[in-house]
Amino acid sequence: MAGNNPWGSGGDGSSGSGNDDDGAKGSGGGDKGKGPRNPWLPPGSGGGDGRRGPNIEDIFKNRGPEGPRRKGGGPGGPGFQFPQRPGGKSWFPVLVVGIIGLGLLATSVHLIGPQQKAVVKTLGNYTRTMDSGLQFSAPFPIETVDVEDVEGVRPIRIPGNNNQAKLILTGDQNLVDLSYIVRWNIKDLADYKFRVVDPEETVNDAAEAAMRASVAEKNLDETFSGQGRAAIELDVRERMQATLDSYRAGIRVLGVEIEKADPPSQVVDAFRDVQVAEQNADAARNQARGYAQQVVSQAEGEAEAFDKVYEQYRLAPEVTRQRLYYETMERVLSKTDKTIVETDGVTTYLPLPEVRRRSQQAQPTTTVTAPGGQ
Amino acid sequence: MNRLWEDHRLSIIVAAVALVGLLMSVYVVPEEEQAVVIRTGEPKRTVNTPGGQSDAGIYLRMPFVDRVVRVEKRLLDLEMNDEEVLSADQQRLLVNAYARFRITDPVRMVERAGSTDGVRSALEPILNSVLRQELGRRTFQSMLTAERGSALSNVTANLDRQARQYGAEVVDVKIMRTDLPDAPLQSAFRRMESDREREARAIRAEGGRDARIIRAEADASAAKIYADAYGKDASFYDFYRAMQSYDTTFASENGTAESSIILSPDNEYLQQFRGRR
Repeated sequence: MAGNNPWGSGGDGSSGSGNDDDGAKGSGGGDKGKGPRNPWLPPGSGGGDGRRGPNIEDIFKNRGPEGPRRKGGGPGGPGFQFPQRPGGKSWFPVLVVGIIGLGLLATSVHLIGPQQKAVVKTLGNYTRTMDSGLQFSAPFPIETVDVEDVEGVRPIRIPGNNNQAKLILTGDQNLVDLSYIVRWNIKDLADYKFRVVDPEETVNDAAEAAMRASVAEKNLDETFSGQGRAAIELDVRERMQATLDSYRAGIRVLGVEIEKADPPSQVVDAFRDVQVAEQNADAARNQARGYAQQVVSQAEGEAEAFDKVYEQYRLAPEVTRQRLYYETMERVLSKTDKTIVETDGVTTYLPLPEVRRRSQQAQPTTTVTAPGGQ
Repeated sequence: MNRLWEDHRLSIIVAAVALVGLLMSVYVVPEEEQAVVIRTGEPKRTVNTPGGQSDAGIYLRMPFVDRVVRVEKRLLDLEMNDEEVLSADQQRLLVNAYARFRITDPVRMVERAGSTDGVRSALEPILNSVLRQELGRRTFQSMLTAERGSALSNVTANLDRQARQYGAEVVDVKIMRTDLPDAPLQSAFRRMESDREREARAIRAEGGRDARIIRAEADASAAKIYADAYGKDASFYDFYRAMQSYDTTFASENGTAESSIILSPDNEYLQQFRGRR
């Protein structure tokens, strides 16, 4: 806000408008206060008591060619001339007083946002911290007010935007490519302002030191696993907070989040191959399980079938056996070429090539050499 | 305006001179800074030092005689460049550390170092050598891990002792980075790679082993199921299974007769055919 250079901002605002409606603004500024809506009069403008802003007609009257020309020292260009007060005196002192008054007002009234706080230095000496709301201080040269967003969360990403991989050594002397975000805000504004030269840089350094120390206590696989990461995040946060507290930096570390923890790009292929291997192994196991189910089910099915048949067989063993035998023979022999050979000393010619030919013609014929003569 | 100048010329001049004189004999020390007032080359007093009584604020001085040297009161940082450190077991490591210090004795600081930058440039080589010494006593592994803390507190103490000579106090030394130099880095990559290759191979082998075991177990339990079922009547099983076997061997489903069977008239099947009974 208007803490830093109130003369510049206060003066500019009202001298800029002083050009178009001159004196009216000058004195009005002293009375009403244009910028901050504060009804209180600063001590500097107390002199303008009875002065009401002159109405437009007065101004133009005074401006006429017959009006006395003075060389105004005011902020106008050549030929510019301050209108006169009714008493015949110049408006210039009024304008000056008005500008000063506005400046004082702007530097002594502070509207501090809900997330903000401000430190007040009286002649350079830190005296108090302002909370949010409408606050008052002595005007600028005496008290300076520095407003800062206290609650707002400030993230720092490490490594920064220069996308280079920063490799961190793990406890088992492997390397991991790690990037993380540190979120912080201000715990104590006075400490933040007056204890450490470059708080952000300090947070950065503390974060990096803490992260590297924490990762060095873990091994590579732990940095990749979710649980290990959570442990690192917590650890880093605590370390950072301890470090920053020892500096009395007035900073609260809200959280550390590991964005990515990857193997270095140089060895990433080997890491992928491990994943592929895992999947391959799983695939092999799955196939084996499928086979197992199939084999066992088949065994169960066949055993069950046998049991059923056996049950019947036991009721009438002989008949069942015969029946099964004939049924099977029927099935078998009805589908095959059959040759019955009379054995007694007869050498039979077995027309095997002919059989084959016929079978190729797909016209199964049955050659039965009947047992002759019986 | 002109008349103002004509009427009160003298008083305006006097007022202006008085104002300038006042400004010259007054100095403000803000909260962030401490100051040493030097009168004719000799430190006369200090303002707003960490141990001192007089706080930040506005103070008087003698114009032209007193010189005010402002010194940072807040915590300053000192960062060292990457430094190659040799561990006790002859391994190389790139180390990068920072120190945080503040000026506690501004008079001595002004006398001996001149400015905070002077302190920095005085402390930097000391930090380097102290760190190198301290880490050089440790093994590579302990540089990385647990003993870091004790090493650093030694470094801090050492550096602090040196810094006191410059009116500074070292609050903390922390190792920011420990990296491998290029050649060890490459070999580390190779090692990581071979590590993973080994792992991948082991995983694949485990998968194969598990698969084989699963199959064997299935075969075994199938065998048990068969044995339990068929063991009830081995001779019937023999017959039953033979029937099935004939079925599948000779009566193939595709219907084409590919087998030729030569039957002897003595065959069991043809008993009735012959009309024996």
